[in-house]
Amino acid sequence: MTSLAAALAGIGRPVLTLCRTAGRVALFAVSGLSHLIRPPFHLRMFLRALVEMAYFSLPVVALTAIFTGMVLALQSYTGFARFSAQGAVASVVVLSVTRELGPVLAGLMVAGRVGAAMAAEIGTMRVTDQIDALATLSTDPMKYLVAPRLLGGILALPMLVVVADILGVLGGFIVSTTSLGFNPAAYLHSTFTYLETIDVVSGLVKAAVFGFLIALMGCYNGYMTRGGAEGVGAATTAAVVSASILILAFDYVLTGLFFSQ
Amino acid sequence: MSAGPPKIRIRGLVKSFGEKKVLDGIDLDIMQGTSLVVIGGSGSGKSVLVKCILNLLTPDAGTIEIDGENVLALPPRARRAVYAKVGMLFQNGALFDSLPVWENVAFGLLARHRVTRGEARLRAGEILAQVGLGPEVSRLFPAELSGGMQKRVALARAIAARPEMLFFDEPTTGLDPILGAVIDGLIVDCVKRLGSTALAITHDMSSAQHIGDEAAMLFEGRIVWRGPATSLLASGNPVVDQFTHGRREGPIKMELCGGM
Ligand SMILES: Nc1ncnc2c1ncn2[C@@H]1O[C@H](COP(=O)(O)OP(=O)(O)OP(=O)(O)O)[C@@H](O)[C@H]1O
Ligand SMILES: [Mg+2]
Repeated sequence: MTSLAAALAGIGRPVLTLCRTAGRVALFAVSGLSHLIRPPFHLRMFLRALVEMAYFSLPVVALTAIFTGMVLALQSYTGFARFSAQGAVASVVVLSVTRELGPVLAGLMVAGRVGAAMAAEIGTMRVTDQIDALATLSTDPMKYLVAPRLLGGILALPMLVVVADILGVLGGFIVSTTSLGFNPAAYLHSTFTYLETIDVVSGLVKAAVFGFLIALMGCYNGYMTRGGAEGVGAATTAAVVSASILILAFDYVLTGLFFSQ
Repeated sequence: MSAGPPKIRIRGLVKSFGEKKVLDGIDLDIMQGTSLVVIGGSGSGKSVLVKCILNLLTPDAGTIEIDGENVLALPPRARRAVYAKVGMLFQNGALFDSLPVWENVAFGLLARHRVTRGEARLRAGEILAQVGLGPEVSRLFPAELSGGMQKRVALARAIAARPEMLFFDEPTTGLDPILGAVIDGLIVDCVKRLGSTALAITHDMSSAQHIGDEAAMLFEGRIVWRGPATSLLASGNPVVDQFTHGRREGPIKMELCGGM
């Protein structure tokens, strides 16, 4: 009897902790977002966040997208040859990239790059009293540090995914026309024949959600940092891991919402 | 002392971290236009006391009245208005390391008053000159400054918006004696010229006597002595005597073995 109780407690405790954390994160998100509609606005901080997330992530996301497109073309060509369905390569590449791989891979790359940096920066500000200092200078840290980053994330990721979509398709195009023997015009034609608006739009909506999650996890973990340099390290790790998991989980949920009948 | 209610009035302030009771019923009044020096051993809770007064930490019990109003019970907007009138020098400086020195100093001006960046920059230059830093410093970043320079920038930031209430957490620690005296003079000057009310934490007895009108000793979570700063070295209180004279024997026990 007691061992059963202990076993149940062992399950219950982490579940309670998880619920508590989820609640805190939700409150944090609501508070951060609410500052986006209440002046004063910190335009400089927003532009800084946007440049950091969008512009400086371009090389990483571009390389990821190109190689992904190339691999997709190669894989689907050799795989589909078994059914004599090589003609579908162009459609497979464009649909996988716009619907799925563009947003998810861009999200994961940006989570590693920017989510970590955000958590480290805000966490350092926390442990060196800079966040307290903001409050004594009539500046709400949520408004100054968190809100601009959340908005930056929501806008930056869709921009990156537009680039990733184009480069992913380009990667597939290059491989298909140079080494798989496709006719360039025919390849482009079949790329766009089966592409629908919802494919691209769903990818961009996913990207906005992922961008928000990355910024939220970076800010939340940074903001809650305790205990010196070690705490900052832990916050950085937590930001990247939690953002990555949330991206994959929300990807499933959003795909279900968009494409289930 | 001036008549009327105290500028800052603290009653029964309690703050614990887990099991550890850091503040255990602090009562403290600071009159308008005067400065109080708080002394106490390392880890006795001086910084925690100031953070509680500034609402950066939430006390477990007690009241904090500023201008006769209990700030802990005020709605957020009114509370922000009260705290718009303070300046704080943090123990470790807490400069914003992503901003250049001048923007650090002008931060409060830009946030509170409708000044342009150009004006704020000029004003920052003037204040930096007051703390003995030349114009070449203003475009540097905090990481490019020495510890003493960072302290002076932090002081400049605290006084830039001419606040009504000033809080200094160890303003002269880490400075050479001459600069320490200069900063002491500057703090006295601010309090006298701006008519500000000040609370300063210090470990330096000469600095304490120079800055403070009054002094208070924090020990085991309470204020155990309070009197004119000039009588610090002859207080007649065994705790204060041991502290100010740096004796090893006395009521204050340093837990060197237990603490490590
Ligand atoms: N955020 C916190 N979480 C847990 N404990 C804390 C926290 N802040 C302070 N403490 C504890 O409170 C006690 C008082 O700390 P405080 O920083 O006020 O000391 P202090 O009097 O300013 O010392 P010093 O002269 O060395 O600056 C310390 O024992 C510290 O461990
Ligand atoms: Mg301290």
